[in-house]
Amino acid sequence: MSNEELVGVLREKFGDGIRSSQFRDNFRIHVEAARVHDVLAYLKHDHGFDMLVELCAADYLRYPNATDRYGVWYCLLNVSTGRRLIVKTFVNDPSPRLPSVFDLWKGADWMEREVYDMYGIEFDGHPDLRRILLPDEFTSFPLRKDYPLRGRGERHNFQPITRAEA
Amino acid sequence: MALDTLGDSVMLTRLDHLANWVRKNSLWPMPFATACCGIELMATGASRHDIARFGSEAMRFTPRQCDLMIVAGRVVMKMIPVLQRIWQQMPEPKWCISMGACASSGGVFDTYAVVQGIDRFIPVDVYVPGCPPRPEQLLQAVMDIQDKVTRTGTFNAREFAQRTEFDGPRFSLPDVPPTAAVVAPGNYQSAKRLQD
Repeated sequence: MSNEELVGVLREKFGDGIRSSQFRDNFRIHVEAARVHDVLAYLKHDHGFDMLVELCAADYLRYPNATDRYGVWYCLLNVSTGRRLIVKTFVNDPSPRLPSVFDLWKGADWMEREVYDMYGIEFDGHPDLRRILLPDEFTSFPLRKDYPLRGRGERHNFQPITRAEA
Repeated sequence: MALDTLGDSVMLTRLDHLANWVRKNSLWPMPFATACCGIELMATGASRHDIARFGSEAMRFTPRQCDLMIVAGRVVMKMIPVLQRIWQQMPEPKWCISMGACASSGGVFDTYAVVQGIDRFIPVDVYVPGCPPRPEQLLQAVMDIQDKVTRTGTFNAREFAQRTEFDGPRFSLPDVPPTAAVVAPGNYQSAKRLQD
C-alpha cells in the first residue's frame, strides 16, 4: 500500500482531518489531537506498525507560519516490512494534553515522561507520569521557548560548604 | 654519651612537617569523573604519564578512603547534592582539584542545568584550565597540591577549622530574578525545596 493509499484509507475511516506532508524521505500524517490515539491504534493493529521508535515534541512559539504551539510526533516502524511512518499532532496552551499510547507500546513510558518533563504536555492514562531527567522539585518546563536559557535561578539554589564544615 | 652511638638513625623534625611529608607523597584521589576530562584523568593514571610517580596512583571509588577529590567534567545542578555528600564523606585532611573548564566555570554550558563552577558549592584548592587539560597539567596540579600541603598543612588539620567563611566566588546578581516559583533545595536533607 503506497503512502497516498494509506492516507486515503485513513481519511475514509477517520474523516477529512487527516492530512499528510512529505519532507525528503519522511512521510508525515497530521492528525488532530482528539483522534491521535485511534489512528495510532488502527495503524498498529491493522497495518503492522508494531514498534514506536520515537515520541518527541517541539515548541513552535514564534516559529514562522506556525498555527499551534506544541507539536508531538510518533515515529512508527513496521518491523516485518521495514516501513516507517511519522504521525504528527499539535496541542495548545493552557493545559496541553494528549492520550497516552502506553497501552499500545510499552516503550512510550519513558518517552512520554521526557516530553512531560521538558514541555509540560500531560498524557492521560500514563501509569506514572512524573519527571524523568530533571529534579523532582523543578517547576518549569525548560524546553519551552519562553523559558530563559540560563534558567530562573535554579543554579543558585544549593548551600555552599565551607572548609570548616567539611 | 648515648647520642654519639646513635649516628644517622635519629632525625629531629616538627610533627607538622613529618605529617605533611607523609601525606603529600601518598595522596589518594577520588576520581569524580563526569565527562571527557575523566578520559584525560584515566590517561594520567595510565602508564605513559603514570601518576604513580607522584604517589597518587591509588584511585579509590569510595570517598571514605580518599583525601584528594578530582572533579573532572561538567557537573549538573541535580548532581550537586551528590557531589557535596561525597565531599563530606571524605575524611580530613582533604583537598580538591577542579579539573577542566567545565568544572571550574561551567565552560561552554551556560544553561539552566549546569553548575557554573563547582567552587560555588564546595571548596577548591587547585584549578586546572583546559578543555580537557593535558595529563601534564593534571600532574602539575597534583604537584601544586603537594606544595600546598607542604606549606600549609598541619598535623591535626587545624588550618581548615579556621576557614569558616566560604572562600568560593559569590553569585553575582542572578541571571533572571528568581521569582517565587522555583527556590532553594538549600538543605538536601530536609528536601523541602519549594517556597511557600
